[in-house]
Amino acid sequence: MSIQVQNIHKAFGNFVALDNLTLDFPSGELVALLGPSGCGKTTLLRVIAGLEQADSGKVLLDGEDASDTHVRERQVGFVFQHYALFRHMTVFDNVAFGLRMKPRKDRPSEADIKRKVHELLQLVQLDWLADRFPAQLSGGQRQRIALARALAVEPRVLLLDEPFGALDAKVRKELRRWLRRLHDELHITSIFVTHDQEEALEVADRVVLMNHGKVEQIGTPDEVYRHPATSFVYGFLGSANRFEGRSAAGGIDVGGTHLATSAHHVGEDNEVVAFVRPHELDILLDEEGAGIPARITRVLSVGALTRVELEGSGRQDGQHYDVELPYESWHAQAFNAGQPVRLQPRALRVFAQNETAGTR
Amino acid sequence: MAATVSTLYSHHDRAALLESRQATRENPWVKGSILVAALSFFGVFLLLPLLVVFVEALAKGWGTYIDALTEPDARSAIWLTLGAAAISVPLNLVFGVAAAWAITRFEFRGKQLLITLIDLPFSVSPVVAGLVYVLVFSNHGWFGPWLSAHDIKIIFAIPGIVLATVFVTVPFIARELIPLMQAQGREEEEAAVVLGARGWQVFWHVTLPNIRWALLYGVILSNARAMGEFGAVSVVSGHIRGETNTLPLHVEILYNEYNFAAAFAVASLLALLALLTLVVKSWVEWRARRD
Repeated sequence: MSIQVQNIHKAFGNFVALDNLTLDFPSGELVALLGPSGCGKTTLLRVIAGLEQADSGKVLLDGEDASDTHVRERQVGFVFQHYALFRHMTVFDNVAFGLRMKPRKDRPSEADIKRKVHELLQLVQLDWLADRFPAQLSGGQRQRIALARALAVEPRVLLLDEPFGALDAKVRKELRRWLRRLHDELHITSIFVTHDQEEALEVADRVVLMNHGKVEQIGTPDEVYRHPATSFVYGFLGSANRFEGRSAAGGIDVGGTHLATSAHHVGEDNEVVAFVRPHELDILLDEEGAGIPARITRVLSVGALTRVELEGSGRQDGQHYDVELPYESWHAQAFNAGQPVRLQPRALRVFAQNETAGTR
Repeated sequence: MAATVSTLYSHHDRAALLESRQATRENPWVKGSILVAALSFFGVFLLLPLLVVFVEALAKGWGTYIDALTEPDARSAIWLTLGAAAISVPLNLVFGVAAAWAITRFEFRGKQLLITLIDLPFSVSPVVAGLVYVLVFSNHGWFGPWLSAHDIKIIFAIPGIVLATVFVTVPFIARELIPLMQAQGREEEEAAVVLGARGWQVFWHVTLPNIRWALLYGVILSNARAMGEFGAVSVVSGHIRGETNTLPLHVEILYNEYNFAAAFAVASLLALLALLTLVVKSWVEWRARRD
């Protein structure tokens, strides 16, 4: 089922959670709503579910205006951040709840319910836990039971609020893969909210980046990562080194250092901010050549990647930079801590300064 | 309540832990004297009076004791006390759940006022409450003329006693439920609604099971208070023997008549009620912890 959100506005007192937001969620996709906390992503999810009433705007489910449809008639599956399992019911009763609450004429027989619940428990691979209570389960197990419970009523859309937020790192990775596989099996339109960019980029078909109640960018994980539309998106999707300067012919000027790049989209002689990912920044030993002057302060060489922390010198004094490079190439160039070097970006993304105002 | 109980118990575990280690163990003299002080205080001020009640009640033998409890005025007082509790506790049950639900699940104007009002019976002297009812409902009160024109008697009659009892027991159930329902949040209820449950199904299948032990605890406390209330009831009752005397009022009358054995006999009933309340209360706490 497709979901369309049209001109949704929602404020809590003075705080604008959703600022006249319009979005399309095509049928059958797994979409991530990604953004920092307070960006309105959970509110949007709750508005779609009907748990929160928007001040203005419309939610269309399958092209039909759902604004006046009660939550229980919207046929959405909602997985809460803290699972919200019914603590006094067994796992079986939790999953059976939605079926048992149906009006008598639509309610399946107790035998059918039993069959259905066991099917779902097998789907989430937890059939053996049917008689346990939620308090006796681990976080990952609770999450999967919450999902089975939401699927029991055969929802047209699945909404997940920070589905992996409360789990430890290892379980989180496992569940991510599992959710992706499950979605590929069921093909139910799903939206999940997360503040973890890695999670969004890894699991989703499409990522919606939100900030201050607005959409910053929509695209496939590859698109948003490689072609960030705004400086906010660039900064949010992975770590970034930031340079402030002015646009000049054939590049930008950062504190007297010219960095060659294509910056004509921001015009000449404008305040700009430029970003480069740590693995796209080269350390050069040539003290007098091109590049930003800096000093190595700390080296972390654990694993395949070596992380080098640097501090700007000269007019960039006090600036902090991160560089990542393969351990082998680090090893090949013999750098020492404290050594003066130059930093040369290989790929620089330039944004006009006024466009970033308020986002950082 | 569940939260209070669990903190109590984690303190208990912590105390045991501290006690088990030489490094953190308290000097036996300090421990001993604190223990003796506490126990003798409770012995003198709580246990001894309880014993005295039963000793005095049986001072003139079982015959007098039974007679004191079975004479018509005493029987009428017992029935009136049970009746007042039987009306006020269910009323408070409905009101307490409704108020706690409203306060913890909705945002509305005057919410703070409602919370304050629920606490009013705790903060105001019961005598004042009784006097207010007299002022409003007695023959010379605001509604007096209208009430006597329609031949309705509230003050110095059973309805007044029920009113006064309801007033003093209002906070018990709501106060017990509000912190628990606040701690539990509304996510489970929202989950139930998303799964298609109707309002009463949500209440019956999700809300009520989650609050049942706190609710029962509130009912027990409110019942104990309803049966034991003296001040407010005393003002509105009029002390008509065999008609508007509750058990506590009956005890007072007997005592004022120097009929000590009978007074203590009736008082022992109230004391037994208190003991029973404590037993049931401990059982509920134990069950709530086990869940």
